[in-house]
Amino acid sequence: MLLKKGAEASLFLEEWQGRRVIMKRRLPKAYRLSTLDETIRGQRTVHEPQIIHRAKEAGVPTPTIYLVNIANANIIMEFIEGEQVKQVLNDLSQANRKSLCLHIGALIGRLHSHGIVHGDLTTSNMILTSHGKVFFVDFGLSERSNELEARGVDLHLMKRALQSTHYWYAKECFEVVMAGYSEVVGKDVAEDVLNKIREIERRGRYVSER
Amino acid sequence: MATRRKADFYCLGLESTADFFSVGILSFNGEVLANEISMFMPETGGIHPREAARHHAEVAGKVLAEALRKAGIRPHEIKMIAFSQGSGLGPCLRTGATAARALASYLQVQLVGVNHCVAHIEIGKLITGAKDPLTLYISGGNTIVAAFEAGCCRVFGETLDIAVGNCLDVFAREAGLRQKIDAPFGALIEKLAARSQNFVFLPYTVKGMDLSFSGLLTAAIELLHGGKYRLEDLCYSLQEVAFSMLTEVTERALAHTEKLELLLTGGVAANKRLQFMLETIAKEHNARFCVVPKRYALDNGVMIAGTGILAYQHGISTPIEKSFIKLKWRLDEVYAPWVGG
Repeated sequence: MLLKKGAEASLFLEEWQGRRVIMKRRLPKAYRLSTLDETIRGQRTVHEPQIIHRAKEAGVPTPTIYLVNIANANIIMEFIEGEQVKQVLNDLSQANRKSLCLHIGALIGRLHSHGIVHGDLTTSNMILTSHGKVFFVDFGLSERSNELEARGVDLHLMKRALQSTHYWYAKECFEVVMAGYSEVVGKDVAEDVLNKIREIERRGRYVSER
Repeated sequence: MATRRKADFYCLGLESTADFFSVGILSFNGEVLANEISMFMPETGGIHPREAARHHAEVAGKVLAEALRKAGIRPHEIKMIAFSQGSGLGPCLRTGATAARALASYLQVQLVGVNHCVAHIEIGKLITGAKDPLTLYISGGNTIVAAFEAGCCRVFGETLDIAVGNCLDVFAREAGLRQKIDAPFGALIEKLAARSQNFVFLPYTVKGMDLSFSGLLTAAIELLHGGKYRLEDLCYSLQEVAFSMLTEVTERALAHTEKLELLLTGGVAANKRLQFMLETIAKEHNARFCVVPKRYALDNGVMIAGTGILAYQHGISTPIEKSFIKLKWRLDEVYAPWVGG
């Protein structure tokens, strides 16, 4: 069953070895030369599970990878049952919203301090389970980096996602996310990242929805 | 032109953002009366802003006279003057702006400063009949994926370093190619690329909906000087990688915005291979694919005139004392009340 069709990959909910799983398929692109297309899809299919695994080592809940089929550019992974943070954030009580954001900030901090930037930090890529655990998904645009610039871009995207989807609470939420982040990476790093975000905003490059 | 009513209002548009100096004359009901273009073409190297501006100053009078002659109107029949106010090369913009101010004060008509990038989109809409497209605007200076949303232009993706046209031009120059008026570097590369099917891997850099071409250019130049591959093979590979990157981000933006039209414009839009790639994804997303014809896709005065008219009709004018050029006037900072939303 097709769950979501993106520009790069499609997500299917399927039955596999008696489990409900997510099959992420990177379908061939007819416009690209097949040699180039196979390489790109292959690289991304290899890269994503590696980063997901490293994120797990960093203590960030991510779906377990069951099978990677490089030839077909398919990944079979755990189906995380829960709700997207995007859908629940606006309806939480203020106290719950704050504690969720604090937790999300800490998870981002763990990723960054383990040299991972997510590349697409939006509230739709975070899943809240019924046990109150937050999973990060979709590492298709992630990269390994310890650079301040990459961290700034990552959190700036988070800020913009909050502004566009959670307008009323964006300011409060982002402050709490940064507080949670700061607890993990330390005050100095958090301050540097905040300054970097301001610099990115001043560049005016990311003013619009993307 | 014979059917033209005498009662029409005319706008004269001046374009001088980079290496083109152009005067376009457009009637208020959308009829193109003239589109005169003079291109600055250095013997060697790229566009030196000061040299290009000198070219513009030298040809301005001649181009203006020729445009008026072709349009068959007298200067005092002109209702307003539009000029490209930014973004672009300072000396070039200043030359055009000076001419525009002089004309507006001499004729005692309104002056309107126009954003160059918005003008590319607006003329594309006018010429192809697109209503609300996602636009890919690619040239020597710009690489932008944009659309109008909620009353203002939003940039969904853009280059993080050099423009795709710049990448192709620099490579062609490194390879010792010589461009002519009717055969610019892009066309030369396209022709060479058509003679190869030998793909060489080059860096492919896409970041979400943003792109980077500098690494690709460096790698291509290194292989060129390495002497291991034929120029045809490198042109072919450079095109394939650069255009696949463009197509990927365009598709991402198309999926995100769900627009039903895809508009391709700018100097690089003439490339047939790129047109084919974009047409493929447009079909997949049920979008109509519109390519702006070359004489309106390259920098031209008509697009400035057309956008000037839209602004003028919505009460926008630029007093002479506020007609400073805006070197870094971003597409998404433009007030565009003529776009609904």
